[in-house]
This record gives sequence, structure tokens and C-alpha cells, in this order.
Amino acid sequence: MKQTSWREIMITRIIQTCGYSAILFVVAIFIFLFKEGTPTLFEVPFSSLFNERWYPIEGYYGILPLVGGSLLVTLGAGLISIPLGLGTAIFIAEIAPRWAREILKPMVEVLGALPSVMLGFFGIIVITPLVREWLNLPTGLTAFTGSMLLGGMAIPTIVSIAEDALDTVPFTYRQAALAMGATRWQTIWRVTLPAARSGVLTAIMLGIGRAIGETMTVMMVTGNAALLPSGLGALFRPARTMTATIAAEMGEVANGSTHYHVLFFIGMVLFLISLIVNLLAAAVIFRENGHAERVLS
Amino acid sequence: MKSRRLLTLLHASLTILSMLLLTGCQPAASGADPVTRELEIENKGSDTIVNLALAWAERYQEIAPEIRISVTGGGSGTGIAALINGTVDIANASRQIKPEEFEAALANGIEPIEHVIARDAIAIVVHRENPVDELTLQQISDIFSGVITNWQQIGGEDRPIVRLSRETNSGTHIYFLEEVLRMGEEDNQTLFSPATLLLPSSEGISAEIRQNPNAIGYDGLGYVTEDMKVIAVAVDDSSPYIMPNSTTVLNNTYPIARDLYMYTAGVPSDEIADYLNWILSEDAQFIVSELGFVPVSP
Repeated sequence: MKQTSWREIMITRIIQTCGYSAILFVVAIFIFLFKEGTPTLFEVPFSSLFNERWYPIEGYYGILPLVGGSLLVTLGAGLISIPLGLGTAIFIAEIAPRWAREILKPMVEVLGALPSVMLGFFGIIVITPLVREWLNLPTGLTAFTGSMLLGGMAIPTIVSIAEDALDTVPFTYRQAALAMGATRWQTIWRVTLPAARSGVLTAIMLGIGRAIGETMTVMMVTGNAALLPSGLGALFRPARTMTATIAAEMGEVANGSTHYHVLFFIGMVLFLISLIVNLLAAAVIFRENGHAERVLS
Repeated sequence: MKSRRLLTLLHASLTILSMLLLTGCQPAASGADPVTRELEIENKGSDTIVNLALAWAERYQEIAPEIRISVTGGGSGTGIAALINGTVDIANASRQIKPEEFEAALANGIEPIEHVIARDAIAIVVHRENPVDELTLQQISDIFSGVITNWQQIGGEDRPIVRLSRETNSGTHIYFLEEVLRMGEEDNQTLFSPATLLLPSSEGISAEIRQNPNAIGYDGLGYVTEDMKVIAVAVDDSSPYIMPNSTTVLNNTYPIARDLYMYTAGVPSDEIADYLNWILSEDAQFIVSELGFVPVSP
């Protein structure tokens, strides 16, 4: 009896440590980013930091094209992966017969295990020429090409998590809806999907998170030209993302130089964008949960 | 970051490979000379030079099996930064060390010493079906700075120009900026057009040149393959247009040619000096011409 309780305490402690260390790591990473990134604000005047020219070896540190490039590629990836991912999840969870589900879901998840370098290589060799020829563009190395590949990478995440969420909606909900005379589509759209909303939103956020943080694939296929995006037409021009910039340039900079600090500043901006996206999602989920509980109790 | 991890992996596998080679040669070597010691030379830097440096390291292994040379790429800037930080013995660079880098090294107690190890021409490449054959330096500068935007303006088809360049950490990029875009003029502030695609590897440039008839790019002569078209270059429109090859580079008629360098930290130790001397030997310089570069000493 005594031993059991001692064990209990140990296990509790270990789990506690794991939980706290996750928070600790995030805080430590942020402090490091902050320490290396904030000198930028003293070294580079505001007007040239928020400028449209990025050419660091000559002292042009305008980060706007990079922020714009990342948002553009991520937006494109979202436009591709959210409808496709949710559609696949709904099909697997609600429409496909049980046996098909057992095959489809693992297959989609294997897609998510493809290394991003391979996808990038596939993008350069296969997708890029097709994009250029089909859309009649000057070059196939565009933000759109990156979006397509990133969308493809985000789909497995979205499908897997959204399908799990749809699967946990009690079967009685669907029976009740059908009994009220709702069609199958009405049941899916008005009952099952709203009931699984928080899981579905998490799925989308994780998918988008993967897209905005992805580096290798975008570096290989987006062309990396630091052009400030102006409207949706920019999707079909080359773009340079924040992640690709950090990856391409970090190896070369001298420790402690202005360029080094600016690269960390870009890391901070990326971190903040991810944080805002996550907080927004959390806020939506909390509000929806309260709403759903009131309705269902 | 992932690309660096890739490099580390490459580095690790090369080290393993050289260890395997070593154990293969070991019996003969230790039989002949029982006091053989293993010495490691760290060699890092320019991606232009990396294949050449690897070929040299492999060949040198046969001549001096007790010396292990590990070669990694990453760009000239990366190699020089490593030399300044004291983590490599030899830095490869496709450009000369910058004054601020030299001073940073001195501040760290390291005096970089320059060795010219080969010459290289920068070839201007386009798609095979591009009708344009020759350009002047001024035209190339105007293309890459964004003044000329359509092939029609320089005697080609009515197509937009897509400019391809290496990333800014490449010595080739900086050389091209200073010697071609700015035509070697100190006070010239011309920049690459923001629409220039910065590709992370020579292979990225080759892949795009092969399939895109709008593209123009530049790369070391050693990277040019049969399926690309090389443009003849003239200093100005009254000079002859010259194709890059070992003859035109050696007699200095091809205008975009440069020396390739290795930098050592201070006066090299005996082993490193032996290696650098061997690099200038006929045997090693033959490898230079085999890989498409130009030997420094005939």
C-alpha cells in the first residue's frame, strides 16, 4: 500500500515535470529569440526594417516582402488544403463504408510521412514545368507552386485530426437529425460538423501551422525572389518566405552582426504570427464550447 | 536549418567513407611505415569548389594515406566564417576575403593566408532553344538589374526574362554582383532586380534552365552541362564575343573569369603545406581541367 502511493507520487511528479518542461522550453526559446532579435530595433531604423527591399549583403533589411511571401504561400496552402482536407475527412468519417475507411485513413496518414525534401524535388522536376505551361507563366517557380505542395503536406494532418473529431460525435446526434427528416447532407453540414467544430478547427490550425513553418519545400520551389505581394495575382509570381530566408542565410552570417540579428527578428515575427493564429483558434474553440454546452444541456 | 542538417549528414557520410577507404589502405601503409599517424584536415566553404576539393581529397588519400581530409560545402561565406571561428584548417572561397572578414579574423588571432588553387569562368546560360547567342557585359548587367525585361529587346523572341541567381551566401553571387552587374566599378550601386529568383543550389538553376525557355542564369563553368546553351560574352559592343573555355580563360580574353582560393589560418603546418603544394602539381591540376575548371599552372 505504502509502495503504491510512493509510486503514485513518482508518476505524478514525472508527468508534472513533462508538462512544465514543455512550457519551460517554449519560454526558453522565446527568450533566446528575443535576446538575439531585439538588437535589430536599435541597429536598423524602423523605416528601413518595414520596407520593401530585402538584400541583406548591401544593408537592405526590409522584411515586408518576406512576411508577405509567407502569408501568401500559407494562404494559398490553406485555400487548397482546407476544402480538400475537410472533404476527405467527411467522406472517410461519414460516407465511406467501414472497410474503405480502414484502408483510406492509413493511406492518407502515410502521405504525411513523406520527407519535405522529396516533395520539393518532386516539385522542381514535375510540378514547376506543368504550372508554367498550364498557366502560361514566365516561370513555374511561384508562390502557387509552393502553396500546392504545402497544401498537399497539410492535408494528411487535417484529414487525420478532423476525421477523429467527426468520429467522436455520438451516433445518436445523426440518428436524431435523420429522424427529424434531415437529409444526409443536412445532417453532416448542420449537425455533425458543428458538433465536432473544436476538433476540426484544431485540425485546420495544425495543418496551417505545418504550412507556415515549412522550409525546405518552399525554398526549393517558390523561387525566393523578395517581391512584395500586391493582391492575389502575386500567388502566380515568385515569393520569398521568412523560413526560407532564415534557412538560406543563417549559415553564412557572422555571429552578432546586424544581418544575424535581423534573421532572429524574422524568427520572432514568425513566432508571433504562429502564436496569434493559435490564440485566435483557442478563443474560437472556447466560445464555441460554451455555446454548444448551453445548447446541448 | 534543414539544409544544414543535410550538410552535416553529408559530412558524416563522407567521414565514414574516408574512414572506410583508410582501413582499406591501412595494411600496406602500416606495413611500410609503422609510425604512421592519422592527421585530419578540415576543409570547408564554396559550393563551386566542393566537387573539386572532394576529388583532390580522394586522390590525395592514395598518395598520403595517413592524412584524412574532410570536405564540406556551404558557400564561401560559410567557409570563411568557419576559418575566422577557428573550426576549419582550410577555407575554400570562390571570391577574395572581404576586408571586414580579414579584420574579424585578425581580432580572433588568426591571419588568413591566400592560395590561388584554380581558375573558373562564370558561364551565362539559357535554354537550348533560346535564339540569343551573344551578349555584352552591359546587356547582362541590364538584364539582371531589371532594365531589360523582354528577350525581344536583345534580339530574341517576345518572351519575359526570368533571371536566376545563386543565393546571397554564394561567392559566385557576390562575384557576379561586383564584376558583372557593377562591371567592376567601385562607386556603382546597381543591385539585382527584386524579381531575380535566388535558388539555393546550382542544381536548382540547371533544372530551371533546362525546362524554361524564358530563363537566364549564371554558374561556374564546371556546372554547365550539354543540355544548356552557353552565351558568348563581350566586354562592350566593339569587342569580340568570346565563349568560355580553358583557352579563353587562361589567355584572359573571356571577361567573366576569376581565381578560386583556399585560405589557411596563418602559415600552414607542414602537412597542410604539403597538401597545398600537391594541389599545384600537374597531377592535381589535371583533375581541375577534368572537372571543367581551368588549371592555374599548365
